[in-house]
Amino acid sequence: MKYLPSLLLSTAATAAADELPEAVKAASAAAAAAQLSADNAWMLASCALVLLMTGPGLALFYGGLVRRKNVLGTMMHSFILMALATVLWAAVGYSLAFGEGNAVIGGFQYLFLRGVGMAPNADYAATLPHLTFMAFQMMFAIITPALISGAYAERIKFSGMVVYTALWLLLVYFPMAHMVWGKGGLFNAFLGGRIPCLDFAGGTVVHITSGVSALIAALYLRPRAGYLEEPMRPHSLVLSFAGACLLWFGWFGFNAGSALSAGPLAASAFVATHFGAAGGVAGWLAAEWLRTGKPSVLGGISGCVAGLVAITPASGFVLPMPAMLIGVLAGVCCYAMVAVVKMRLGYDDSLDAFGVHGVGGTLGALLTGVFATNAVNSALKDSAGNPAPLGLVDGNPMQIVNQGLGTLTAIVLAAAGSFICLKIADMICGLRAAPEHETDGLDLSMHGEEGYSFEA
Amino acid sequence: MKKIEAIIQPFKLEDVREALKNIGVDGMTIIEVRGHGRQKGHKEVYRGHEYQVDLLPKAKIEIFCRAERTGEIVSVIAAAARTGKIGDGKIFVLPVEEAVRIRNDDRGVDAL
Repeated sequence: MKYLPSLLLSTAATAAADELPEAVKAASAAAAAAQLSADNAWMLASCALVLLMTGPGLALFYGGLVRRKNVLGTMMHSFILMALATVLWAAVGYSLAFGEGNAVIGGFQYLFLRGVGMAPNADYAATLPHLTFMAFQMMFAIITPALISGAYAERIKFSGMVVYTALWLLLVYFPMAHMVWGKGGLFNAFLGGRIPCLDFAGGTVVHITSGVSALIAALYLRPRAGYLEEPMRPHSLVLSFAGACLLWFGWFGFNAGSALSAGPLAASAFVATHFGAAGGVAGWLAAEWLRTGKPSVLGGISGCVAGLVAITPASGFVLPMPAMLIGVLAGVCCYAMVAVVKMRLGYDDSLDAFGVHGVGGTLGALLTGVFATNAVNSALKDSAGNPAPLGLVDGNPMQIVNQGLGTLTAIVLAAAGSFICLKIADMICGLRAAPEHETDGLDLSMHGEEGYSFEA
Repeated sequence: MKKIEAIIQPFKLEDVREALKNIGVDGMTIIEVRGHGRQKGHKEVYRGHEYQVDLLPKAKIEIFCRAERTGEIVSVIAAAARTGKIGDGKIFVLPVEEAVRIRNDDRGVDAL
């Protein structure tokens, strides 16, 4: 990942080393404390913003897209992860992702958050309490598996979903997060990775892993009963609309928060994020308007998510105009994927988790290799200590290859890992809801409730 | 006694209620219904997925009245609900055997 070398803090460090008057030392310490407080304030807010993306953001977005008999079950798929992923993260996840291990997986040093306290971990974020960094990353571990739920919506057993997702976090997410963001990870451009892959806020780790896993899950579970034969219209685009707007809002924490500081890089990522979203809306709507003659609200909000997905890996490396271009391209490509390609292939990715996150994430990861520039992010240095060229626009075409390798690894790991997790979960408790349960709806059959009651 | 069932365009409901009020009809039941007659449905597209929607939202008005008022009420409803296009709806008149006011057990036309 991603941090501006902290000017104040390095001044403080130098001051401590040399013999300086007490007053200077005191002033340096005060400045360092002030910077920590400033960064921490933004990062705690960002943590909350990213959690908001899952609940209610994603829960509303997905909940509105299903039929009314499945609204609660679908919202629960997101909500349960706010607890499940948190428990796993605290027990082993943080350690496996960010502990020092090998190039593929972290060690056990932070098991049960041992040693993760208020003092900063200088490897990851020198101006944040280690706890803040841990909490921020935890929110990513919550939303990533929740994104997959779009693929198996309306037909998965709740028990099977819980087992599959827990296994998936262990087998796919924690290793991938370690490889890209963990110290010594294979693709970590900033902390000793062999293949420097640029992923500011989770194109590979979050969107490609979840998107590809979604496709595997959709294929494994087979289509919903009556798919393409009976109508399966979204039951409330009003809910989806509110959810998508909350996602857009929360994404500022996701991307600008990935600067891990409240400085200029956060501002740059914030702007890139917003431009990506706007570009996505424009791209999707334009393509849809030309093809069907009507710009739909669902198209608009889907385009915003597509743009946000694609800008995620690039957000801390690209200038505002390329960010908008990435968004537009994502809007057009994702529309083509869900409206044209999916119809021809016939798989039932109920809410298009693959079409939006898999396709948008891959596009964003590759375009990061094109548009990343050290004019935005100068954290990577060459051997002489100058800012290293980042992407193609900096004259480093090799970066596209590196991005491709990171992308390919994420795809292979997610596909294989997801299949294994689905298989195991299926053997333990079964994955597909019984036909009569599917007909009744997951709300009633899995949870014993209904989202909308006639009498109440 | 008669029952008048009028299935009309939802956006005409307020006009019809106003017209009925003007001729002194102050009791009715309104139901939101879905259905179709000869009017064709419409196409909806969600992310490239097309759906033909045949059941369209309509408003159904139910009025119970003395037999001699039937003609006037039906004419007023028809005039107020008419746009002249397919989909304006239909009005049915049915015989009613008995009416009971639950509060005081009034029977027949007294209960209307």
